[in-house]
Amino acid sequence: METKKSSEFKKKSIFYKISEVLVTMASKPSGFIGLSILFFHILLAFSSPYLAPYDFKAIDPSLMLQAPSSEYWFGTDSLGRDVFTRTIMGGRTALTITFFGSLIALLWGGLLGIFCGLVGGKVDDVVMRIVDAFLSIPWILAMLLIVSLLGTSTEVLIPALGFFYGKGIVRVARAATHDVIAKDFIVSARARGHSNLSIIWNEIIPNVRDAILVEGAMRWSWMLLGFSSLSFLGFGVSPPTPDWGLMISNARGLMSFAYWAVIAPIVGLSSLIIGINLTADAFAKALGIDRSTKAPV
Amino acid sequence: MEEIIQKVKNLSVGFKSQKGHEISILKNITTDIKKGETVGIVGESGSGKSTLALAMMGYVKQGLYKMEGECIFNSSNLLNMNNRELEKIRGRKIAMIPQNAGQSLTPNLKIGYQIDEALKLHTSLNKNDRDKKISELLNKVRLPSPETIALRYPHELSGGQQQRVAVGMALAGNPDLLLLDEPTTGLDVTTQAHVLELLNFIAKDTGTSMVYVSHDLGAIAQVSDRIIVMYSGEIVLEGPTRDILQQPIHPYTYGLLKSIPKLSLAGLPDSMPGSQPQPGTKKKGCSFYDRCNLAEDKCKKNSPDLEYINELKTSVRCFNYKKLIKQKSENQSNIKRNEKNIKVNEILNLTDVSISYAKQKLLDQIFNKITDTNPTVKDINIDINKGETIALVGESGSGKSTILKSIAGLLRTKEGKIKFDKDRVLSNDVKKRNSSDLRAIQLIFQNPDESLNPNHTVEEILAQPLKLYFGLSGEELKQNIIELLEKVRLGKFYMSRYPRQLSGGEKQRVAVARAFAAKPDIILCDEVTSALDVSVQAAVLNLLQKLKEDFGTTYIFVSHDLAVVRAISDRVAVLYQGRLCEIGPSKNVYKFPSHPYTEVLLGAVLEPDPDIKPKLVAEDIVEDKPPEKGCCFQGRCPRFLGDQCKNETPPWQIGDNGNAIRCHINIKDLEKKQNGN
Repeated sequence: METKKSSEFKKKSIFYKISEVLVTMASKPSGFIGLSILFFHILLAFSSPYLAPYDFKAIDPSLMLQAPSSEYWFGTDSLGRDVFTRTIMGGRTALTITFFGSLIALLWGGLLGIFCGLVGGKVDDVVMRIVDAFLSIPWILAMLLIVSLLGTSTEVLIPALGFFYGKGIVRVARAATHDVIAKDFIVSARARGHSNLSIIWNEIIPNVRDAILVEGAMRWSWMLLGFSSLSFLGFGVSPPTPDWGLMISNARGLMSFAYWAVIAPIVGLSSLIIGINLTADAFAKALGIDRSTKAPV
Repeated sequence: MEEIIQKVKNLSVGFKSQKGHEISILKNITTDIKKGETVGIVGESGSGKSTLALAMMGYVKQGLYKMEGECIFNSSNLLNMNNRELEKIRGRKIAMIPQNAGQSLTPNLKIGYQIDEALKLHTSLNKNDRDKKISELLNKVRLPSPETIALRYPHELSGGQQQRVAVGMALAGNPDLLLLDEPTTGLDVTTQAHVLELLNFIAKDTGTSMVYVSHDLGAIAQVSDRIIVMYSGEIVLEGPTRDILQQPIHPYTYGLLKSIPKLSLAGLPDSMPGSQPQPGTKKKGCSFYDRCNLAEDKCKKNSPDLEYINELKTSVRCFNYKKLIKQKSENQSNIKRNEKNIKVNEILNLTDVSISYAKQKLLDQIFNKITDTNPTVKDINIDINKGETIALVGESGSGKSTILKSIAGLLRTKEGKIKFDKDRVLSNDVKKRNSSDLRAIQLIFQNPDESLNPNHTVEEILAQPLKLYFGLSGEELKQNIIELLEKVRLGKFYMSRYPRQLSGGEKQRVAVARAFAAKPDIILCDEVTSALDVSVQAAVLNLLQKLKEDFGTTYIFVSHDLAVVRAISDRVAVLYQGRLCEIGPSKNVYKFPSHPYTEVLLGAVLEPDPDIKPKLVAEDIVEDKPPEKGCCFQGRCPRFLGDQCKNETPPWQIGDNGNAIRCHINIKDLEKKQNGN
């Protein structure tokens, strides 16, 4: 009969699982590119204060709109600030705020979605109609309202972004829960008399976790774009903090003769979004493959 | 010399594993299909029978590829043809009937239109002729009033009717060869018997050759002239139906036949140890070596060839087949069940239970008014004794699972009481039950793939009830889990495995262990063996019986498989449309089925013996709603009396044999009538 060694089936630690997923993601070209871009950006965000050749807020009118040169690699902007310095530092705020924003979105969206999926009935109906109502409000208008009332501090931006981007996650989490809820192991847990909380934690979350995480990763890139739009409109980061959205906004009027001041932040922003998107795709595929793995052949 | 329609030569189909190994699903298959012959291909899941059938129409599933060999049809190799050439053959020369007709018919097109499409593609008839042909085809598959059926959508037909439509569509192109992939597996017993009878008729009438793929030896026995037994991608036995079933000379077939429960035999069937090897794991020797009683050293080293034995007209792949020639399989030494007399010591009483799926209106809910006068399940009165196995049998829609869910508290009863341990009334909402009531009643489900959380290890799965009911933790918890695994004959090392790393039988054992973890008084078994292969089913049944004897647990066993019920149950309750028809000790109900429905049901059971033909007593009409008044079986009853049956609910009668029936006809007369048949 079966004589496979038990070591083959040892329960794997969480770190091992994560590294396994990362290796799977990096084994495809698109996943590798995405991961490299993302890691590059994260690394840059951490190290840019030490790498920056100039002070990001040093204004010097004599150096206004200089073309790229060996001294100022990406040229200077309309206030004479070094574009290279500002570009490598411009992702820091955006990355931090949107990362924590996505975490909040994941948490509340995921939990509410799972809860609605499990409980069903009237509660589900009412909550979902409220979520639908919020989905119908243009998020940027609502954000502008919140920001103009409460200010543009990080403490306001993170929960506000988290709230608006969590609405979509509610729907995904609820749908994923619906898939699981009909399975017999949930019925079995109910028949044994487990509480709703225990069913959510033990039976549902392990089965919907992947779907929600992938959705969260996608939301992160959308939120980044949204946050940059806010900055572009002047409601995100306040000057003189370097930020891509703000930089694009400031330099766009001069695009016809000082293209460098616009191009650098655009490349920064779009490469990060592309990187996150590719990573999220590879992440989804890696988890998908993992889920369908059968007994080792 | 008979004309050969299809020739399969040295066919091997397989896939490449991630590590680049070539792994074969089919190994060196060589066989011929003759004109007008019906060949049954039988094997357990994963034996490659469907892959072989698909290869016979030139199709290899995605991910697989042909490694070598050929399938020759009309002197050309199907496996080398391109799609254009295959289009001319598929549907016209070779047609396929899939397992689930309900899913293979397009839901938003009318039946007539779909058959018309097939006719347009495969014939050159004009519109009028095609319309005529549609009626003709539907008539041929014995569907009532073909003109109206043609105007219906697939969902308006029953499962049996859908399967008939699929047969009709396959016949549209007048094929020479018909491939049937488990065509009756999802159908009720009575419907299955009727469809098989139809297929037999069509085979004779049109002279079409058929290849019938199934795991069910009972069905194969009824239709085929010749049987091919597959195991692990190889043909292990091939020969005329009667010889193979009455004198199986391959140890696998021998064991398989012994592990099928039979109506005529009480007691549990023998089980075969182990399970079929996964493709790619076996390197040398006979693939059946691990599970074989006759295995010798040479079986481990060399794999036997398929050898043709002239006097038996049979091909066999075994070194030791001669040992089996003398042994006849008919008088099987089935494992005797410990049939202790169960004392009357009631543990669960169902009194006047009715259950309705209809939603009540808010106002009626408030005033506690009963609106649904015709509930799905009605008037169920069963008293269950401690330590007995009571089976609920019936076709789909008979309410057997519904009753089980109500006992578990997952579905509210509308009326009536469920009493546990004589006087404690169980709440009809699982959330309101106290912990000891919850612990006392445990469930085992049909499909272990769904009842075990795929993201939990076996250890985590078994820990749940232990933590919940007994608050165990740490070393004590681990010790308990190991004990449980030993009880279901699984090793300690299974603890760290995930369900996907287990075979079907192992998964079901884990599910059984989880139910027993709670030390329950009653276990509700919902079709626990129907998702398993026959040989595994026998092992699970034996395990359940053993555990019951050890722990004195009471089983409420729901199944549609009457032979399985015969094997395991002490008492049986026959249900039709949510109403009880007959209840009594199993041996008597099976020996003297008194209620007309029991008679119909038992008559339709297929035995793996070509000489035992099913008795088709009643029409296989499917009713979707129980009748408002009168007897529940009035619509199909072969002994229908008229107005009395229509208007009056039949009374209970108790026969001399101890079985109680609900019928207007006197029970003695019923018994006489049936003996007269």
